[in-house]
Amino acid sequence: MKIVVAVKRTLDAYVKVRIRQDRSNVDLASAKMAMNPFCEIAVEAAVRLKEAGVATEIVVVSVGSDKVQEQLRGAMALGADRGVHVQADDELESLNIAKLLRAVVEKEQPSLVLLGKQAIDSDNNQVGQMLAALCNYPQATFASRIAIADGQATVAREVDGGEQVVKVTLPAIITTDLRLNEPRYAKLPEIMKAKKKPVEVLTPAQLGVTLRQHLKLVEVNDPPPRKAGVRVGSVQELVAKLKNEAKVIA
Amino acid sequence: MKVLVIAEHDNISLKSSTLQVVSAARKLGNEIQLLVAGHDCAAVAEQASHVEGVGRVLVCDHESLAHQLAEAVAPLVIQLGSNAAAILAAASTNGKNLLPRVAAMLDVAQISEVMAIIDASTFVRPIYAGNVLATVQSSDPVKVATVRTSSFAAAQIVAEACAVETVEPRSSQTQSCFVSASHSTSTRPELGSARVVIAGGRGLGSAENFHLLDQVADKLGAAIGASRAAVDAGYVSNDLQVGQTGKIVAPELYIAVGISGAIQHLAGMKDSKVIVAINKDPEAAIFQVADYGLVADLFTALPELAAAL
Ligand SMILES: Cc1cc2nc3c(=O)[nH]c(=O)nc-3n(C[C@H](O)[C@H](O)[C@H](O)COP(=O)(O)OP(=O)(O)OC[C@H]3O[C@@H](n4cnc5c(N)ncnc54)[C@H](O)[C@@H]3O)c2cc1C
Ligand SMILES: Nc1ncnc2c1ncn2[C@@H]1O[C@H](COP(=O)(O)O)[C@@H](O)[C@H]1O
Repeated sequence: MKIVVAVKRTLDAYVKVRIRQDRSNVDLASAKMAMNPFCEIAVEAAVRLKEAGVATEIVVVSVGSDKVQEQLRGAMALGADRGVHVQADDELESLNIAKLLRAVVEKEQPSLVLLGKQAIDSDNNQVGQMLAALCNYPQATFASRIAIADGQATVAREVDGGEQVVKVTLPAIITTDLRLNEPRYAKLPEIMKAKKKPVEVLTPAQLGVTLRQHLKLVEVNDPPPRKAGVRVGSVQELVAKLKNEAKVIA
Repeated sequence: MKVLVIAEHDNISLKSSTLQVVSAARKLGNEIQLLVAGHDCAAVAEQASHVEGVGRVLVCDHESLAHQLAEAVAPLVIQLGSNAAAILAAASTNGKNLLPRVAAMLDVAQISEVMAIIDASTFVRPIYAGNVLATVQSSDPVKVATVRTSSFAAAQIVAEACAVETVEPRSSQTQSCFVSASHSTSTRPELGSARVVIAGGRGLGSAENFHLLDQVADKLGAAIGASRAAVDAGYVSNDLQVGQTGKIVAPELYIAVGISGAIQHLAGMKDSKVIVAINKDPEAAIFQVADYGLVADLFTALPELAAAL
């Protein structure tokens, strides 16, 4: 069974983002970038399925500028077999990304496509569901457990009220939640080996996809600042302030 | 202008988040239709018919919709909403699961977690864990969006009921099926809509210690929340997680106990009206957003707080 994993290059999760002075967009010029944490979890899930003998090949795909090859190499150092780089703007909309990924899925014909549930830059939480719609595949989003058997995936999903378990027929789309696994770190020999693994570079035209803009970014702003708070010296003082000053408790 | 709103419910009762989505919908159109897709959900449809501003409730009651799987609900939403100006749902796990699928089928973008509506095609939404607010303009004929419910007031429940219309299910899909669900049961208010939330982090140290929050929660009628570290450590279940990738809350009062204040956590609670932080580390980042900060050991502060309330 072949697995395709889609990974996104994003701002490092522990770096605070800045906006450009003209507020036209965020400023990533010299920011530290990394693989989106949810995508790391997706790669780890694929590698574990391969280690368990369920999967035979892992193809990792990323859409973006040449820099995304860094993340493809990173995924290959963790165990993916080869990479597909779809050359495009780094700020493509979800629907366009989903269309490009569908073309890759049609080409690769995997049994399973793994994506992160959410990119921590756009916070969109869309591409997996859109890809499922475009491929007419079932979707199991926000996965915290995955079991594959008899051409089906049984997936525990993290939902608002607790957990929901669904069964989807393969080929299917699964998006990963944080508790699915804890990604491993790449070891130096694997990093060296990954440099020799093949990466195919494709353009939207080669994939037969026409990109279309649906959304325009008008401006970005900092959220309204909170006014400076105060320190209280004791629980008594805290309770008094909450009652008399903030008036949030009776 | 017609706006189709997807009702949030569990086949028994209408979730209050629907009321906020209706408020958002009223900024986009004057003909609000509320879709109740489920099974044995007549009671939900009845409640839905009393939401102020809703012109018509569309109820699709069929066993294939019992668990509101996206594969089953999306074709129905397309059928009912493709001629609407907008299709809205709460930015809940349900809404997030469904609406991108709907949008892709309609070949339009989907706008996530709308916090403000500037005009019929211009929206404000958070990016980068809420550290940046983006204003985006859509050129699509149908705006498909999930709504951050804490950013909108709830529509009222009124005495008179609007028309309820039955619609037929659309698909008999077999691609996905429901297996089971485990719901955390709690007598406390819902985290997403509670007036007071008390949340615990890794500082609580264990599942047992986490119950130290109970006494304070009891006194305040508060919902209980948690940081991801507390969820990961198994102190509480995942549905209590507050943050970028958990629940977004904006209660009147948020009390963070033993939580350091990572940006991913702040993303879920920094719009609370009043924030209290209790942490033994005076340098903890949570103090930067707290209106009232108490540097103290939580194991002494929590019993004191319970006693003082
Ligand atoms: C992609 C991604 C998504 C994430 N999403 C979320 C999310 O949605 N929500 C979320 O919360 N996190 C999220 N995180 C994790 C986040 O980065 C932090 O790791 C997490 O919030 C830390 O939890 P904490 O504050 O409980 O633990 P810690 O950072 O370990 O802080 C514990 C705090 O308790 C204090 N403490 C310890 N003992 C005591 C005591 N006896 N009395 C008083 N204080 C004490 C300490 O001083 C410390 O400040 C995410 C991370 C990533 C990478
Ligand atoms: N540019 C991209 N290239 C490859 N995969 C992507 C890209 N953008 C998003 N994805 C995938 O879609 C998931 C969800 O992203 P989003 O819908 O943007 O929040 C990510 O975790 C990735 O798996």
